[in-house]
Amino acid sequence: MSKGVLVDLTKCVGCGSCTVACKLWNDNKWDDKNPTMGPSAKLTDKNWTVVQFKEVKDKKGEPVWRFVKQQCFHCKEPACASACFAKAFQKTKEGPVIYYPHLCVGCRYCMVACPFNVPKYQWEKAFPLVTKCMMCNTKVEKGEAPACVSVCPAGVFKFGDREELLKEAKSIIAKDSKYVKHIFGENEVGGTEWLYISDVPFDQLGFKTNVTKRSLPSYTEAYMHATPFVGITWGVILTGLYHYTKRRNQISKDNNKNIKA
Amino acid sequence: MASHAQAQKWSFKMTPTRVLLMLLSAVAVGVIVFRLVTGLGMVTNLSDEWPWGLWIGFDVLCGVALAGGGYGTALIVHVLHKEYFHPIARSAMLTSLIGYLLVMAGLFLDIGQWFNFWRPFVSWGHSSVLFEVFWCVSCYTTVQILEFGEIATERIGTQFHSIFKKALPVLMIIGIIFPTLHQSSLGGLYLLMVDKLYPLWWSPIIFFFFLLSSFFVGPAMICVETTLAGKAYDHWVPIPVLQKLIRISGFVMIFYLLLKIYDLVSRGVFGLMFSGTFEANMFLIEMIFGIIVPIIICFSGFSATRKGLFTFGLLVSCGVVLNRMNVVVIGMIRSTGVSYVPSIWEFIVSAGLVAMGVLAYCFIVENFKILEHDDHHGQAA
Ligand code: SF4
Ligand code: SF4
Repeated sequence: MSKGVLVDLTKCVGCGSCTVACKLWNDNKWDDKNPTMGPSAKLTDKNWTVVQFKEVKDKKGEPVWRFVKQQCFHCKEPACASACFAKAFQKTKEGPVIYYPHLCVGCRYCMVACPFNVPKYQWEKAFPLVTKCMMCNTKVEKGEAPACVSVCPAGVFKFGDREELLKEAKSIIAKDSKYVKHIFGENEVGGTEWLYISDVPFDQLGFKTNVTKRSLPSYTEAYMHATPFVGITWGVILTGLYHYTKRRNQISKDNNKNIKA
Repeated sequence: MASHAQAQKWSFKMTPTRVLLMLLSAVAVGVIVFRLVTGLGMVTNLSDEWPWGLWIGFDVLCGVALAGGGYGTALIVHVLHKEYFHPIARSAMLTSLIGYLLVMAGLFLDIGQWFNFWRPFVSWGHSSVLFEVFWCVSCYTTVQILEFGEIATERIGTQFHSIFKKALPVLMIIGIIFPTLHQSSLGGLYLLMVDKLYPLWWSPIIFFFFLLSSFFVGPAMICVETTLAGKAYDHWVPIPVLQKLIRISGFVMIFYLLLKIYDLVSRGVFGLMFSGTFEANMFLIEMIFGIIVPIIICFSGFSATRKGLFTFGLLVSCGVVLNRMNVVVIGMIRSTGVSYVPSIWEFIVSAGLVAMGVLAYCFIVENFKILEHDDHHGQAA
């Protein structure tokens, strides 16, 4: 069973501990131009996770602050992995979607394909690589929670089997009316390992809510399966046509000769 | 020209235009070297929001489509044996070969780990549509070089000529299968972008639209090319030949248009095209000037004139270029939230690649038997 993380956005206090833990565990440099927390925080090649500060209106119309942790969602059927033509992205059975730099060609199709624009690129490097959160896969393989999850002082996260977490999330939002009736990640692009619950509608928090419920690789699977057959059939048809039309021309030439004779 | 081909000396006329093209190529080569050494960040305006820009959009997607004239002509002339179209076969295939070499160059430039370019040959990401594009484009370029061997051995390495000649039918057929597959795969790349590409362009059958348009743009490119070559070398392909050829385009374009309308209606986004948004207007320009007007020209008397043929060719080619750029850039602006304008260096490199292509074309036409055929002596008119 794949592991996942349940994020309860109502509990986040915006301390940013998780972003620090991420930097330390993954040995990522700090970047003064791109802070990991605040209103303008954004994912970059060095920031694998950030906490965005959002001023929004709550149910009563009062302005409130919400803090949104962002990172790769680790899709159940990741578009990035199905897009990569060199297998540099692979989904593990434990859940994380990981990146193998030595396989990467740098075509950046993964970046274009990811519905949430997660993979980032080292634009200033001579030989740049793609980067993104890997859900601390070495920890997850051992059954431990990712670095960010294990340091949260506010109890925002729960790490465990995704299906269990989903059940729990459902019961939380059923019991407590403050939550919106939507678990982000349950069905988005076929489901993701990271699940979010919130008291403010997700689109107001910058989540991409208008994504398909279908798994993205399913859009290309049928196409890719059909290709060899189309190729072979087309080859047979062409060869047939080649001989047929050649012979037809020959016959019509012979006929012309006969008529003239 | 025949005498050129027999003469042992290589010839290359110098004209002011060619000097200019050479300069442009030289500058582009400089930028290319700089980019390969320093990475993509300093030379391009690409960013995390715009991982794909002009080089993929123009050099690769447009290049491949415009080079599609080769496989269409090969199909018509060598498989269907419509000997009638023979006078254009060689030049169409040459343009196509040059086109593909440029596409390979463009791709190579655009990848970050360029020394790793061979990786997908051993690490099979076969679920990726790009995997198919990669294999097909590599194989097809090889096949085209071999096909060109038949022409080249008329002049150099003549002892191999008969081998190439014998291999030609097989090469031709392989050389039609590959492009059929990857022309559509280039569109197939965008199947994944269902929530990113504007619905006027995204479609579950976008690969089929790419295939159709790469097919009908072939004859259009041939019209443009033969007009230019006609001016430059005083070699004129007979009007009826070209007219018949673009009729084939015309019918495919009508089918394309109907299919497009059906597709938009069935997805319930037909109305979007009149919504007055930037995307809608770009889409209308593409459809009206790239498809509808050319169809009218194609089936009217205007197509019986050189001007008409040239206009047709130009409109259709530009229409397809616009379509590809709409998919890569315009259709993605809304989902990325920012827009992208290529840097001056990106433009210079793209222009430089085209310049190199033109120079290569001129050189080969002047030194090999491309434009003239035994059965069409003295067709100049
Ligand atoms: S969110 Fe994007 S990068 Fe992360 S697994 Fe899904 S497709 Fe891949
Ligand atoms: S950039 Fe690298 S990881 Fe991404 S699709 Fe291309 S080869 Fe794969």
